[in-house]
Amino acid sequence: MRWIRIAPCESIPSREGRAALVEGREIAIFNLGDRFLAVDNRCPHQSGPLCDGIVAGDAVVCPLHAWKVNLETGAVARPVNQNDCVRTYATRVDAGVILVEA
Amino acid sequence: MKRLVVVGNGMAGVACVEQILKHSPQFAITVFGDETHVNYNRILLSSVLAGERSADEITLNTLEWYQNNDIRLRLGVRVVDVNSELKTVSGDDGSVTEYDTLLLATGSSAFKPPIEGLERDGVFAFRTLDDTRQLLDRAGPGVNAVVIGGGLLGLEAARGLQVRGCQVTVVHLMATLMERQLDPDGGSYLAGKMEDLGIRVLLGRSTTAIVGNGHAEGVALEDGTILEADLVVVAAGIRPNVELAYRAGVRVNRGIVVNDWMETSDPDIFAVGECVEHRGTCYGLVAPLLEQGKVLAATITGNKGPIYTGTVQAAKLKIMGVDVFSAGDWSEQHAEPVRYEDRALGIYKKLTVRDGKLAGAILVGDTSDSHRYMDWLRSGTDLTAQRRHLLFPPPASDAGLDIAQMSEGATICGCVGVTKGAIIAAIHDKGVNTLSQLKDATRASTGCGSCTSLCQDILRAVAPDFEEDGRKVLCGCVPFSQDNLREILRSQRLKSVQEVLAIYGNGLGCEVCKPALSYMLDMIWCGDHDEDRSARFINDRVHANIQKDGTFSVVPRIRGGVTSPAELRRIADVADKYHVPMVKITGSQRIDLLGIRKEDLPRVWADLGMPSGQAYTKGVRMVKTCVGTDFCRFGTQDSTSAGIEMERRFEHLYTPHKVKMASVGCPRNCAEATVKDIGLVGQEGGWQVVVGGAAGKSVRKADLLITVETTEAALEAAELFFQYYREHANYLERTYDFVERLGIDRVRKDTVYAPESARAGLLERLQKSKAASHDAWLEGQSPVNPTQFIPLLPIESLPS
Repeated sequence: MRWIRIAPCESIPSREGRAALVEGREIAIFNLGDRFLAVDNRCPHQSGPLCDGIVAGDAVVCPLHAWKVNLETGAVARPVNQNDCVRTYATRVDAGVILVEA
Repeated sequence: MKRLVVVGNGMAGVACVEQILKHSPQFAITVFGDETHVNYNRILLSSVLAGERSADEITLNTLEWYQNNDIRLRLGVRVVDVNSELKTVSGDDGSVTEYDTLLLATGSSAFKPPIEGLERDGVFAFRTLDDTRQLLDRAGPGVNAVVIGGGLLGLEAARGLQVRGCQVTVVHLMATLMERQLDPDGGSYLAGKMEDLGIRVLLGRSTTAIVGNGHAEGVALEDGTILEADLVVVAAGIRPNVELAYRAGVRVNRGIVVNDWMETSDPDIFAVGECVEHRGTCYGLVAPLLEQGKVLAATITGNKGPIYTGTVQAAKLKIMGVDVFSAGDWSEQHAEPVRYEDRALGIYKKLTVRDGKLAGAILVGDTSDSHRYMDWLRSGTDLTAQRRHLLFPPPASDAGLDIAQMSEGATICGCVGVTKGAIIAAIHDKGVNTLSQLKDATRASTGCGSCTSLCQDILRAVAPDFEEDGRKVLCGCVPFSQDNLREILRSQRLKSVQEVLAIYGNGLGCEVCKPALSYMLDMIWCGDHDEDRSARFINDRVHANIQKDGTFSVVPRIRGGVTSPAELRRIADVADKYHVPMVKITGSQRIDLLGIRKEDLPRVWADLGMPSGQAYTKGVRMVKTCVGTDFCRFGTQDSTSAGIEMERRFEHLYTPHKVKMASVGCPRNCAEATVKDIGLVGQEGGWQVVVGGAAGKSVRKADLLITVETTEAALEAAELFFQYYREHANYLERTYDFVERLGIDRVRKDTVYAPESARAGLLERLQKSKAASHDAWLEGQSPVNPTQFIPLLPIESLPS
């Protein structure tokens, strides 16, 4: 695990997500306005691209079938009562650049 | 039967009559009301002024209700005298009515402060539906309004007038707004919020005169300032109406004095509501009046027993976006204050604790916990164990949990006094499944309406077949109906989704409300809004239709389904160059290129050199056509040209749901115009314009909108319907649901048969939207942000 410099903060508009290819793995990084959050870019349901979803608070809604995934914990918030979750990644900002720990 | 005469047709009197009717029938009831309306919800007058409700919507008891209960209703008659010896009341119409039992529910009147010129034209009180109507007549853009009095009513009036376009100034005698409900800190937070809304607030200023030549032109303050004013509202408090009680010889202090059984000093005269004084207190809010009514009903029907012991006073300001709640005794004398404040967010909370129990609460900017505090106030809960968490409850993850945490006895509707247990009982025993059924069964949420969402939450959690009412809210994030929201966006001049969510919602939004609000803003401001792509579905961020594998489909616009060899060659070249896995002829006479990667979209569009077919959005899809008169042996109209022209006029625009159209040259209907959202059906000598057809999830034959002679007239009828649908349908409502909901008669009346000015307005707004629209695929060349179509490439790659 190490911190990887991804892109300038302004590459991701507020309340949107973008995919980044990191070590052969697609990570979806979201700009929540006050912080960045990162998760695997695959919905646990049918592998939909989470980076293309609409952000709802600290969750994202998958564009394919509207599964809702919490970006802080990676847990699926909708549908309820099922245990799938996506991997989350730590993020930080350094000198205007987003870093992800992967 | 004994004769019961009720003087006063307001909330207190009629609610008391409702309670009396629950006991065994023993009275022939006559109700006098000096207003000409049936009983309405006076608390909601401010929302009528603000345009959130119509006058009809605040009716509490309809004429049928009075008839069904055999109540003789005398509207527009003011009772001017009572003779307690002869037991009669006299009306200002000369009538004399005998009673055995008299109920005074005379309410209160606006206090007239010692100000010169109150009689001038343009000076109003804000107490009745008639006052409200007069204000509505006078209010409008460019009108200067001054509200004298910064209490609950004055502030609500100020906001209502401002929503109507007036420039509003509030002049308040005291140094603190709503000083009866707020401490100085709470008042200053509130003043800040009012100023943020654009309402000027002058505190600690005394008004001396309304100046002007016959009608009001200005308001003079003691310090010599003159405020320009075309309209003056005096809301400087209320005084109990005790005149009749005096005449009847009943004991009166500030109000009509009643004991705990609601009896006055005369055994045959009773009183209820704002006109009474109980244990030295006169109440001006609705909850106490209803509690009094219940006790009085028992006493008056010979079931004397229950007593009224006073009410914990609680008040909520009903201004959207300005949350203020106050209850109990919040003075800090002999109490321990607990505070929280955040200037930047405009949140101020103060609780006072006395002997380990909650004594009072003030909440400004966030009133979400008001029900919890009311519960503690009413029940006198010992708070020692929760002392560290008074202002911060453990966050509840869902509404169901909130409900589960509430005790059965917790009061949900403070106005009518309905507990959670009573609501659950109604759900189980009376089969209540909707909010309106709940209102009928329990009267909950018929007062100030602030418990509506809580009632909905209980229904959602408990009712087996919960259904949202017809006026259902858009979603939990912005709990307003779409009608309501459109009105709010217009009147409040809101132009961005985040702004709407911040002021009227939870500040966050979700996948349901964000696209809906995006649509409304674009439609209302004819494209002149702050477009926020984060609030759009991915299809509208990259202008293509996402597929199950995360790739996209591309459908160029082929107007009327008419293409050319050159276009077809370019499409074929693109399919080759980008290794498009599937090229498909769609059901809409177009060509779909499936399996395109997001990052290839801009180049694909550039290579195609054709505009977007909007096959991915809630917008104008296409006009399917037949070959019309050019080649067909049977064609009677040039349906191909008409269809292409219709597509040109509407293309690039967003609509509540997708809009599919067709144009056919004869009634053989080869392009299936009668199952489209809008269809032009050519016939000998003209066109039939049909709307609301469907051949998807539902199948519905379109309704005939109008028959016209020329192609231009047909196109204009289509334009009228198209814009009308854009402006009035709910987001995600197809035309077939829309037309069915409104009825084709209403649609015709509001479009093709509408007055000239209304038709011109529709066409003008359509033109304006059209002028502001553009081919979305041009963004391929100039993206709205550099990463609109491309993934991020890490600056730094891992060492291998």
